[in-house]
Amino acid sequence: MRSQPVILVLLVHLCIPFLSSSLAISPGEGYTVNGRVKIPSLGAQGLVRPGKLSNIKVVLNGGQRFTLLRPDGYFSFHNVPAGTHLIEVDAIGYFFSPVRVDVSARNPGKVQATLTENRRGLSELVLEPLREEQYYEIREPFSIMSVVKSPMGLMMGFMLVVMFLMPKLMENMDPEEMRRAQEEMRSQGVPSLASLLPGGAARS
Amino acid sequence: MDIRVFLLLLLVLVSSVEHGFSLYEDQVGLMDWHQRYIGKVKHAVFHTQKTGRKRVVVSTEENVVASLDLRHAEIFWRHVLGTNDAVDAVDIALGKYVITLSSEGSILRAWNLPDGQMVWESFLQGSNPSKSLLSVPINLKVDKDNVILVFSKGFLHAVSSIDGDVLWDKDFSAESIEVQQIIQPPESYVIYAVGFVGSSQFDVYQINAKSGELLKHKSAAFPDGFYGEVLLVSSDMLVSLDATRSNLVTISFRKEEISFSKTHISYLVGESLGIPVILPSKLSGILAVKFNTLLVFIRVKSEGKLEVVDKIANAAAVSDALSFSEGQQAFALVEHVDGKILLTVKLSHDWNSDFLKESIAMDHQWGLVQKVFINTYIRTDRSHGFRVLIVMEDHSLLLLQQGEIVWSREEGLASIIDVTTSELPVEKKGVSVAKVEQNLFEWLKGHVLKLKGTLMLASPEDIAVIQDMRLKSSEKSKMTRDHNGFRKLLIVLTRAGKLYALHTGDGRVIWSLLLPSLRKSGSCKHPTGLSVYQWQVPHHHAMDENPSVLVAGRCGPHWDAPGVLSFVDTYTGKELNALGLTHSVAQVIPLPFTDSTEQHLHLLIDSDQCAHLYPRTSEAIGIFQREFSNIYWYSVEADNGIIKGHALRSNCIGVVDEYCFNSSDLWSIVFPSESEKIIATATRKLNEVVHTQAKVIADQDVMFKYISKNLLFVATIAPKASGEFGKPTPEESWLVVYLIDTVTGRILHRMTHHGSQGPVHAVLSENWVVYHYFNLRAHRYEMSVIEIYDLSRAENKDVWKLLVGKHNLTSPISLYSRPEVMTKSQSYFFTQSVKALAVTSTAKGITSKQLLIGTIGDQVLALDKRYLDPRRSVNPTQAEKEEGIIPLSDSLPIIPQSYVTHALKVEGLRGIVTLPTKLESTTLVFAHGVDLFLTRIAPSRTYDSLTEDFSYALLLLTIVALIAAIFVTWVLSEKKELQEKWR
Repeated sequence: MRSQPVILVLLVHLCIPFLSSSLAISPGEGYTVNGRVKIPSLGAQGLVRPGKLSNIKVVLNGGQRFTLLRPDGYFSFHNVPAGTHLIEVDAIGYFFSPVRVDVSARNPGKVQATLTENRRGLSELVLEPLREEQYYEIREPFSIMSVVKSPMGLMMGFMLVVMFLMPKLMENMDPEEMRRAQEEMRSQGVPSLASLLPGGAARS
Repeated sequence: MDIRVFLLLLLVLVSSVEHGFSLYEDQVGLMDWHQRYIGKVKHAVFHTQKTGRKRVVVSTEENVVASLDLRHAEIFWRHVLGTNDAVDAVDIALGKYVITLSSEGSILRAWNLPDGQMVWESFLQGSNPSKSLLSVPINLKVDKDNVILVFSKGFLHAVSSIDGDVLWDKDFSAESIEVQQIIQPPESYVIYAVGFVGSSQFDVYQINAKSGELLKHKSAAFPDGFYGEVLLVSSDMLVSLDATRSNLVTISFRKEEISFSKTHISYLVGESLGIPVILPSKLSGILAVKFNTLLVFIRVKSEGKLEVVDKIANAAAVSDALSFSEGQQAFALVEHVDGKILLTVKLSHDWNSDFLKESIAMDHQWGLVQKVFINTYIRTDRSHGFRVLIVMEDHSLLLLQQGEIVWSREEGLASIIDVTTSELPVEKKGVSVAKVEQNLFEWLKGHVLKLKGTLMLASPEDIAVIQDMRLKSSEKSKMTRDHNGFRKLLIVLTRAGKLYALHTGDGRVIWSLLLPSLRKSGSCKHPTGLSVYQWQVPHHHAMDENPSVLVAGRCGPHWDAPGVLSFVDTYTGKELNALGLTHSVAQVIPLPFTDSTEQHLHLLIDSDQCAHLYPRTSEAIGIFQREFSNIYWYSVEADNGIIKGHALRSNCIGVVDEYCFNSSDLWSIVFPSESEKIIATATRKLNEVVHTQAKVIADQDVMFKYISKNLLFVATIAPKASGEFGKPTPEESWLVVYLIDTVTGRILHRMTHHGSQGPVHAVLSENWVVYHYFNLRAHRYEMSVIEIYDLSRAENKDVWKLLVGKHNLTSPISLYSRPEVMTKSQSYFFTQSVKALAVTSTAKGITSKQLLIGTIGDQVLALDKRYLDPRRSVNPTQAEKEEGIIPLSDSLPIIPQSYVTHALKVEGLRGIVTLPTKLESTTLVFAHGVDLFLTRIAPSRTYDSLTEDFSYALLLLTIVALIAAIFVTWVLSEKKELQEKWR
């Protein structure tokens, strides 16, 4: 019956990190860092479905170690030596700030986590995305303006102006004034815009 | 040139600062392709008992755990574990969890079988390195909880399969036993841990499976000693080799006393066949012993008696035994018989009956069979059928069933070593008219549909048709050269020694070649491929020749092993020539000279710093002799902290070989080993094109870039900071960067970043270098840029001087005189860890550059070089703003739209390669790791061509409308004229 207490101790030992703190001492050289990734709008956005939680990776120290999330969003790194570490979260569709985690040998159990992007301290190692990432441009819905603004639209527009507005303008003009202006131009030798038009040329 | 500079400026102005690269969601797959792989399979576990999807769970050498569809080979789910998290064992527990043991037995994980979600993860304590064994007993229960037994790092753990809690563990680290096997007979609650103590003692520990209590410890000495590992052949019998490797030893361990029985091998098989190797296949009552190529099956009878059952000459692989109906056990055996493979399924207890015998013809490019996994299924007539999964020499994975290859996966592509390109053949004339007419109609129809799409008039079906049309555009996957140079062949060399040609249009494999020179042979025991180079690029006077590539490799893991060269035609995929070299290959230098057949001259440097010229022709020697004194190279000995410069001296002494040359050391830079350790070097790409040496800055001033092909960037760090991350304090770590001229060995620039450490990734292009490192003080990653300018040409700005001739443009540049250079530098924070760093390259070098950053999330981010401009300031002047200088910010922006991989991941990213196209604005980006990804990007937008979604139909419509309008107005004016005349 020697084994009974061993089991008990082990069970208690394993429970502690889940219940209270995100840092627990484990026998041996290192410590265990526990944390959680929380994505508030998971499922609301079309990009990340709940099933995609399985593809979120947590990276310690720039690729030294990787771990994945458990279904409840928790993760843990075991046997982490005392010192300053960097935890990054790799999730498609979200931007996470890397977190600086200080594992102190002197007072174990104390959490020292800081977001490196905005230097905000964390009381618990709960990582939330800073923002969602949209990888695609949103296609603008069709609008008349975009057609008008395109080179072809401008061409058409100019044509319409010349075709319909110019004759109107001519008609509104005083014929006397018009003749004077035309003569003036002819004397200068510059062909007027009106003379280029079939209607205008015919009148002269 | 001024006009071009002006154009460049204009271009810089036109392209928007925010993002040079962005994509609409419906454009995915138009210019890019993505292929998912898993790597060479190590373990496979089938899950086919239940109705529903048949699947196989595999773990691979790329540290991938994946679930594949047995019918279609698609990946249901896949996880790429870290590089130092190698999978030791895989099994299925409770019929719903995949259990993996990884990281030398310290991490045990359970994955949900249908979707791959990690269910639990358990860290197993232990310090002694040992074998890692995983066993998932079917009906071993402790408190209604199924137990998983793991032996790792000197501990035996019983782990609950529900939540991964360690139920009990037993420490063997104090016992000095080297545990070989953990045996749990299905009918009892006793676990046997067997192993060796020293080399000649055999120990058995009996452990209570419920509590981990030690029940009994038996020990027996075997004076002859053991060699290698033990194999469990039946529930109470183990087999091993003795120390001399000439006897087979059977060990019966479950009785009161451990008994050994020795049988001489040559007595068994009749003759001496060579060194025996026991295959680790579990065949229940039979063991397979391999002698060179001969495989001998030996049955273990009661009392440890052995009997040879069969000898098979060309056997390739044997699977484990699989039990199917009524306790019958079968295993698969694969043989190579004249170019085909012969698959035999045998019953363990009845050797003479072949349950199944199938001969399957197979592509030779797959090589030999290396591993077999067997699975059974019930046929429609309720008899048992078998399917086998085989792993080939080139790492590909095949499923065989009913004498056919059901599917195959080219898993070799998951481990690419090197990449080069080859042009496709030129298009031949003579396209038939009918085809054109049909095309014209199709073309018009397509554009009408497209127009409907842009006008948002298209129905969902139309949209589907449009999307399909765009993706399947036959244009991009044609086998001929195109005007823009988008279509090319990617020639990739994989770790298995196989060469693949991939089409850049759709990523399909055009041909593949398992290089005969890189296969295991008598003279070449451990061949490894090194790199691949363009050998012959015909474009002028050798147009009829096919282009070819040079593959360099070596015959062993060490760098002084003899080299092998192979020349492969890139159109046909045939090996033209292969050379087994007498010298080693330490470095391959492609020289910028070609001979009359457009073969590139290559200089191979061996480990004794002798240079060997290839091709070995007198013409090549002639060309080479002319440039003899202009050839310099350098070598980096990272372990010793030395960089050396070399030059050619004379022909080799002692050997009569006119293609061999001695070298002499010109200079050497020795870094003090107590304070500096080389961790990264970078040079310019040899094929990089620089368009202009001048840079016009804000106030109409000109700066001259210091452009030299011989620039080397070296980064060193403090040896204390080279260890684990997070250990060193900022005070004891520093990063020193150097810019070195590799001809003179002169250090042009040296800079120290205090409180920084590696890893360092660097890229050097034109006159600048960008590098990424970790700043310990801020505890963030940083990227720095150094730009280097030539001051000796600064006076050449005056046009009058140029006209009069008082310039020094033609004055000789001497490497002996100290170059007058000026460097500018700036640092920025960068959020993410980096796996790879590259820079875009274009045909003429006019287009502005983008950095391609492979992030820790296995994505590729394009970052405009203008963000890394040392002339950035907090408040740029109006003139500087016009030049395109971005106001200074402390960190570099990560814009989600500028990920070139958009919402995809290139899992296990290892390298990024950029390939210029003929179209100046555009470049191809190829990212490889476990996955492959290729896309086309335009760093300054496509200023020299119309975009993909340009609507030709709208243009046509406008023209038609304009012509119609002309006629209408003409008619109208005629009428009006007539009326006026009548008046």
